[in-house]
Amino acid sequence: MLTPQEIQDRLERILLTVEKPGRYHGGEFNQVRKPWDSVSTHVALIFPDIYDIGLPNLGLAIFYESLNQRPDVLAERAYAPWLDMEAAMRQADIPLYALESRRALADFDILAFTLPYETLFTNTLNLLDLAQIPLRSAERGDNHPLVIAGGHTAYNPEPMAPFIDAFVVGEGEEVIHEIVAAHQAWKTSNAPRPALLERLAQISGVYVPSFYEPEYHPDGTIAQVRCIHPSAPPTILKRIVPTLPPPPTRFLVPNIDVVHNRIAVEIMRGCTRGCRFCHAGVINRPVRERPVAEVVDAIQQALTSTGFEEVALLSLSSSDYRPILELVETMSERFAQRHLTISLPSLRIDSFSIDLMEKLRGSRQGGFTLAPEAASDRMRRIINKPIASQQLLDTARAIYSRGWTTVKLYFMIGQPGETMEDVQAIVDLCKAVLREGRSVIGRRANLNIGLGTLVPKPHTPFQWAATNSFDLIRSKLRIVRDELRTAGVKVTWTDPHDTLLESWLSRGDRRMAEVVYAAWKRGVKFDAWQDQHNFESWQAAFEEAGLDPDFYSHRERPLDEIFPWDHISPGVRKSYLIQEFKMSQEECLRPDCREQCYACGILPAFNEMRRSLGEDEWFCPIPAPRSTPVPEETA
Amino acid sequence: MTIRCRILYTKGPDLRYTANLDVHRIWERTFRRAQLPLAYSQGFHPQPRLNQACPLPLGMTSQAEVLDAWLEEDLPPAQVQSALQKAAPPGLLIQQVEIVDLSLPSLQTQVRSAEYTLWLLDPPSLEALRAAVDDLLAASELMRVRREKQYNLRPLVESLTVASSQPPTLHMQLSAREGATGRPEEVLDALGIPANAARVERTALHFQSS
Ligand code: SF4
Repeated sequence: MLTPQEIQDRLERILLTVEKPGRYHGGEFNQVRKPWDSVSTHVALIFPDIYDIGLPNLGLAIFYESLNQRPDVLAERAYAPWLDMEAAMRQADIPLYALESRRALADFDILAFTLPYETLFTNTLNLLDLAQIPLRSAERGDNHPLVIAGGHTAYNPEPMAPFIDAFVVGEGEEVIHEIVAAHQAWKTSNAPRPALLERLAQISGVYVPSFYEPEYHPDGTIAQVRCIHPSAPPTILKRIVPTLPPPPTRFLVPNIDVVHNRIAVEIMRGCTRGCRFCHAGVINRPVRERPVAEVVDAIQQALTSTGFEEVALLSLSSSDYRPILELVETMSERFAQRHLTISLPSLRIDSFSIDLMEKLRGSRQGGFTLAPEAASDRMRRIINKPIASQQLLDTARAIYSRGWTTVKLYFMIGQPGETMEDVQAIVDLCKAVLREGRSVIGRRANLNIGLGTLVPKPHTPFQWAATNSFDLIRSKLRIVRDELRTAGVKVTWTDPHDTLLESWLSRGDRRMAEVVYAAWKRGVKFDAWQDQHNFESWQAAFEEAGLDPDFYSHRERPLDEIFPWDHISPGVRKSYLIQEFKMSQEECLRPDCREQCYACGILPAFNEMRRSLGEDEWFCPIPAPRSTPVPEETA
Repeated sequence: MTIRCRILYTKGPDLRYTANLDVHRIWERTFRRAQLPLAYSQGFHPQPRLNQACPLPLGMTSQAEVLDAWLEEDLPPAQVQSALQKAAPPGLLIQQVEIVDLSLPSLQTQVRSAEYTLWLLDPPSLEALRAAVDDLLAASELMRVRREKQYNLRPLVESLTVASSQPPTLHMQLSAREGATGRPEEVLDALGIPANAARVERTALHFQSS
């Protein structure tokens, strides 16, 4: 590998020839540089999209801060170079390097990829290739870094299985340190690479895909996933932290403009609403809150250590954070003197949400966002998100009358059982909202509508459902678009091509990995970028791999089918998900589980952990003590 | 009470690829981290009152950047300097802070010229370089096109010399008046040297003596 100096010298000649060279230069305030030889473990944290998008990633910030606090570890960063820079790097034979030290990634001990969404898969292969590391786990030797990955996509790791040595399923805050420890022990033992994988497989929440082998029925469905290594557990239960650890405060402050220049604090993890299409709602259970004082202190510290002026309070459902009012009031008092912009996403559709936003005294420029998701009562029962249309109209009216000129509404089409009338209901509801706006502030009232399309995600109650066909999605989108061509209304939507791609990748089995590989070979990358148009290459890649894309996206799956992801467990039982799916078909609502626990599986999965905590720490009740342990249900 | 601080600073290699607008933002954040009370402009979107003397092209470092900042509190310059230095990102070195008269004209209008030193990554022989420089200086007119506009570079080159160091370096003084600014990479190009084959540092800014 080239030395950091050699890399630096080559970089100097190309950086002025590419767009935004600051992406490739590091040097941010709060960046940590440690002498290479002062530590025993070198970790490269990689976000496989461009710097502008990767830098603000909260997951990466958590690991960066917590790993660099250890005297025996250094953590550096790498992102995907944009097309122009990749071409220049390949031309100059510069391997992918870490921003802090300019070391080639191949020199690191551990490469840790953050994979929150599937459209980063091809970029991951591309980065391994740029790093000059064999793409397949099986081809890596003792001197290659360990390649691990985590993030939401790890709940179905199969489409990336051959390329990643080990996945972290669930929350990484503790596991990452256990992985480092395993690596250190392995390194001193001088044992060959398989011994490292064995050590990793014994860490709870770590999935080593090469220790498992899927077998298929002639029709292509899974017959079984066999454990082929004695140290591999039959199911990998996700890892969670019992209580949220203190949030990071020393955020990297970029020297160039990136998508979010802000302090992000997670106020709560998990959600009890139980929307049936929602992946995050299942995999992030149980609900854990951060105390107000901890949130506010963290913000105070982060303001001083970054100089940012923007704060985002993150959670899946802000209104459900119990002390939300106290938090908002404390913040507006504490930070009244500063020119801060505070964002509070995912608010419930009621006037209390407007009160909260008013107290934050945020700018009304960006509009007020609400996510009703569905517009007919029938669809609301199917997806389990009950909101009365009248309540939405009242809330919208109040928003317009209290100083906002733009309301943004998110809807999701393509849910199971949806008819054209249900889609028409979206149009009618939007028109009614605009009428409310017009009646209060006249022509100044704007309405932005965002249309998503359901991708039935693994581990959700809808995992058995099919993705709508391309044509069906298109005709549904057309209804909304055509009927809402009105002044003051703006409609944006997910391109159906992107919906299909996301379906294939999120619902794929291990054979899908060959499709990902073939697509990458054809030059596919940056799938998350609308302007990259890779759809035809993907279709060709399916053909090359001898697989039918519709098998993955458009097939309704029988209830007894073994899924490629069944050996990965979010703690929620499959039997519970089946129950929910059936309730959805019967158009039955299931209220918030804070009011009543429906035994989704979280409590038996984390029984001891729950018992060790106080009443208030999770929204889930403390289970009554049992004399005999109940065997955990296998999926 | 408002004071106006004139800050002389170095923009080092860590900030080489940060463009001028972003440098402005870096300063805002540095002041906030330093907990120094920046004064804000009036109006609907109040902006912190910061004023840079002369934009530095992307890719260059500088020993001689100048910034005016307005603070809402009367603080001793030494305190401002040490607070800023503690809060500054890698690559920003504060050389001097002085309090100047609030009524002085804005920095941009006072800049007259800038000096640069250029280290060549693929240095030609000393003779060849000297010959190219002599040719350039001997020309009475050097018409060039930048951003689709034609202009004469020659009068903007106030001086251009070759130092016989090993390898040879170039020194130049270019006009930096509003609407008449010479750019080092344009001079390089006129000498037949690609802009990405040189390391350029601004070494001095000259102001109208007032
Ligand atoms: S265990 Fe009960 S309360 Fe906890 S998430 Fe599951 S259903 Fe909700």
